[in-house]
Amino acid sequence: MNLTLKIWRQKNNSDKGGFKDYKLGGVSKDMSFLEMLDVLNEELAAKGEDPVHFDHDCREGICGMCSLYINGKPHGPQQTTTCQLHMRSFNDGETITIEPWRAKAFPVLKDLVTDRSAFDRIIQAGGYVSVNTGGVPDANEIPIPKTIADMAMDAAQCIGCGACVAACKNASAMLFTSAKVSQLALLPQGQVERKTRAEKMVAQMDAEGFGACTNTGACEAECPKGISITNIARMNREYFSAVVSSQNV
Amino acid sequence: MSWVSKTLSSTLGKKLLMALTGLFLILFLVIHLIGNLQLLFPDNGESFNLYADSMANNPLIRIVSIGNFAFILLHVLYSIMLSRHNNISRPIDYAVNKASTNSSWSSRNMGILGTIILIFLLVHLKGFYYEIKFGEMPTVDYAGVTYKNVFAIVAAAYSNVLYVAFYVVAMGFLGFHLSHGFASAFQTLGLNHVKYSPLIQKVGFGFSIIVPALFALIPIVMYIQSL
Repeated sequence: MNLTLKIWRQKNNSDKGGFKDYKLGGVSKDMSFLEMLDVLNEELAAKGEDPVHFDHDCREGICGMCSLYINGKPHGPQQTTTCQLHMRSFNDGETITIEPWRAKAFPVLKDLVTDRSAFDRIIQAGGYVSVNTGGVPDANEIPIPKTIADMAMDAAQCIGCGACVAACKNASAMLFTSAKVSQLALLPQGQVERKTRAEKMVAQMDAEGFGACTNTGACEAECPKGISITNIARMNREYFSAVVSSQNV
Repeated sequence: MSWVSKTLSSTLGKKLLMALTGLFLILFLVIHLIGNLQLLFPDNGESFNLYADSMANNPLIRIVSIGNFAFILLHVLYSIMLSRHNNISRPIDYAVNKASTNSSWSSRNMGILGTIILIFLLVHLKGFYYEIKFGEMPTVDYAGVTYKNVFAIVAAAYSNVLYVAFYVVAMGFLGFHLSHGFASAFQTLGLNHVKYSPLIQKVGFGFSIIVPALFALIPIVMYIQSL
């Protein structure tokens, strides 16, 4: 395959940045999207040019490190992570536009790399449970109905890649935050901090400068892990009931 | 900041106000429509004029009417605040964005749709509400009692084809606004349930077609009658 890549290049956070076109030949349809970028970077390095910076880690779709807005969609045309996207999803001779996630809360560090530590701070604000140290508790000591366990697991599938923020017209982080709120609110272990968690995580989400939710459903449609917007409704319930009943004045 | 103002200034709190005022305005549309359909009764406007008179003199309706204006204002103000906040949240737009593949046009353009509806509302209030309340009104006698002839000014307005076209087009925009807003309000309130959400979406879809269509029917029929 021969491709034209239109890639966002930006030296650092204060640089204005802009698109640069690259011609890339000899791309196999079996390559992953990131492998295709590796090939480009090897060519650039051989020519003594600065390679294109992009985030990646596990390359098996479970870590949430890869990103990229490819041809107008987060993680490209398939509902998967960029590392699990293959070049067979593209056509020979195609022009592929690659942009970083665009959100005030995700500043561009270099090229396609954005700082997503805003998500970490939302988790730090309340996305945890307090457990006693000591002996290992017996398995199944706490009864949890299968349906509830499944719902919690579905929410816990979120890998925090930020595709929801990238896809949302408001750059809202409600799908991410709601998945993390839901995962713990559904389980007995999450009850201790339940109200405070909802209040603090929502407050941190706002403080980071993410937008509000318009219920367009774009996040759910683009999420590589299929996180449902029913979680957003649950977060709203959690938050509204927390603010009227918690002890936090 | 008290916990109430802190909550209402959060993104979720602002959305809560949008949802609650939106749902109230949806309810208002139903009441308004039921009243207005009396314009089509073949009694030369008598039942509509009597209805308009009873509405104008009912203290409860007056209070609800003040609330209605307040909710419209709140709905508009909070939408401006949220839109501004949302625009700031993405300072640089994508060069290529295929938003139509993941969300409906209406859901992405609620602000534009709402602005058009607001313009319609201002014209509508000036043309009818203001005239009826403060303008010089023609009168009509029923059983010896004199009433404002609201029907006459509505009929006069709807004999103008441009005015009718404006109303019909505005109702189209209202339909698109409702097609997202109805179900969206329930989602914001956290009322999402595997048993009820499909029903809410179906009702919302039906509502967004039937209610604006019936509103648009009134000026169309009255225009035809005026010919």
